[in-house]
Amino acid sequence: MHAHHFTIGTFFKYLLLVIGAVVAIVPILVVFLGSFKSNTEFLSTGVLSLPKHLDFSNYKTAFVNGQMLTGFKNTFLIFAISMVGKLLLGSAFAFAINRFNFKLKKPIMALFMVAMLIPAITSQVATFQIINAMGLFNKIWSVIVLNLGTDVISIYIFLQFLDGIPVSLDESAYLDGANYFQIFYKIILPNLKAPMVTILIISGVQIYNDFYNPFLYMPDPNLKVISTALFAFKGPYGTNWPVILAGVIIVILPILIVFLTLQKYIYNGVAGSVK
Amino acid sequence: MKAIRFDYRTQKRLIIVLFTIIPVALLLVFSYYPLVKMVQYSLTNWDGFSPDSKFVGLANYKTIFTDPTYFSVFRTSLYYFVATFFQLGFALLFATILSFKVKFANFWKGVLFFPYLLNGVAIGFIFLYFYKQHGTLDTLLSFIGLKSQIHLWLGDRSINNISLAFTSIWRYTGFNFLIFLGAIQSVNPEVYEAAEMDGANRWNQFRFIILPSIKEIVFLNIILGVSGSLSVFDIPYIMTSGSNGTNTFVIQTIDTAFKYNKLGLASAMAIILLLIVVVVTVLQRIFTREKASR
Repeated sequence: MHAHHFTIGTFFKYLLLVIGAVVAIVPILVVFLGSFKSNTEFLSTGVLSLPKHLDFSNYKTAFVNGQMLTGFKNTFLIFAISMVGKLLLGSAFAFAINRFNFKLKKPIMALFMVAMLIPAITSQVATFQIINAMGLFNKIWSVIVLNLGTDVISIYIFLQFLDGIPVSLDESAYLDGANYFQIFYKIILPNLKAPMVTILIISGVQIYNDFYNPFLYMPDPNLKVISTALFAFKGPYGTNWPVILAGVIIVILPILIVFLTLQKYIYNGVAGSVK
Repeated sequence: MKAIRFDYRTQKRLIIVLFTIIPVALLLVFSYYPLVKMVQYSLTNWDGFSPDSKFVGLANYKTIFTDPTYFSVFRTSLYYFVATFFQLGFALLFATILSFKVKFANFWKGVLFFPYLLNGVAIGFIFLYFYKQHGTLDTLLSFIGLKSQIHLWLGDRSINNISLAFTSIWRYTGFNFLIFLGAIQSVNPEVYEAAEMDGANRWNQFRFIILPSIKEIVFLNIILGVSGSLSVFDIPYIMTSGSNGTNTFVIQTIDTAFKYNKLGLASAMAIILLLIVVVVTVLQRIFTREKASR
């Protein structure tokens, strides 16, 4: 009786998992299948049928005509500069806040706490005017500056981690005659590798997937990032599904590769960002 | 020696100023200054570019609450709010299953989580393809003999918001799943072993061990669902541009500002949304803090 009950339970467990996995995978899988079909093949076969041969010409069209190389280049540039900025500014800020006491410390922290409540998308109406007044509209710096300016999460991650680095480390360096700058560079920074990886992953995914900021602040076709390059497929390729599908796969592929190689770090990073 | 090195008091001051000034300046310019500006704009009829504008008092706020074209979009949020419960339900279901011994656990975990990492524009296209005529959904329905159930999934007003809300469930379930799984796994495994020895079945283990350990985080996620469903933007914007009754409050705000050039009115809308989100979040903070201090 007990053994019987157990097998039914096991059966349902795996049935649910298979259903969940199918729902998660099938919408992406059909995109993958469609991306290899020629236009006539696409129109004459069903979405679930396999392509007759592996034809990469849609990928070529998507990549070349869709200016996806420009997209990758700009996305990478924004990613690289934003990350250097986030890591440097965030770690230095957290160091000053965590290790020193000063009069404005509490008000500053309160400002950062309250800022977390403001949904970024609602203030775009006014942020646009500010970016415009700074002369950053249609410049790559608009998105970079916004990435840096609205980043509270990395600061929190650094602060949390700094709590765990004993002050005695600083003190012994201090007794050896190091100044505070040296303490920061030589003692603290090397110990912040773990939160840096976390921030790199969370912000990396965020920047790669960011659609709204580039869309609003950098309409110049030369400043396309990967999201806006893909979004632009909506017009000219309106009915040319195979090329659009190839574009979607091109955008997904890097994320899939990163996910497969860094799975553990990604899980920890995403889970850590909500604490 | 002393001439080369600053004394520590000066050093300390220098570090505090140098290390905090840029983040604080960025925060003020890009988080607080827009707020001030938005309140200011919301009391005018500014179009966003002409040199002058007129002070109109609270007229913009009045328009939003009286003109149904602006206020009715809140109705759309309800679909996404209801979807939040399905999303949390599925996430909890899979987190519970995977917290027990399962074959290929890493594979299931990865597959269920992966959609969360995808680019919003890519998801938009994936589901445009999924819902299009003779697309994936139609094909699957004909396959199982439900051809009569086929709709214009994104055009038909009776169902398009549900189609979009499902897309949102598909995208975010993995995130909640991962958070729940983490919370469940933080329970000491010995507790389960002890329960099993006492003869507790899976349902009782769920009710008396798993559920209490994640009650707080489920509640937190429901609250987040309120602000989340009010600020839905990219999925409906990319997939339907907010047409046929799929307009959300944020799309409406953005269009009012940048398409119809009514920046004053749009600012008032943003302020209202902001107030709702802040009130909900503060209530949640008070509630969870009370619980924690009890």
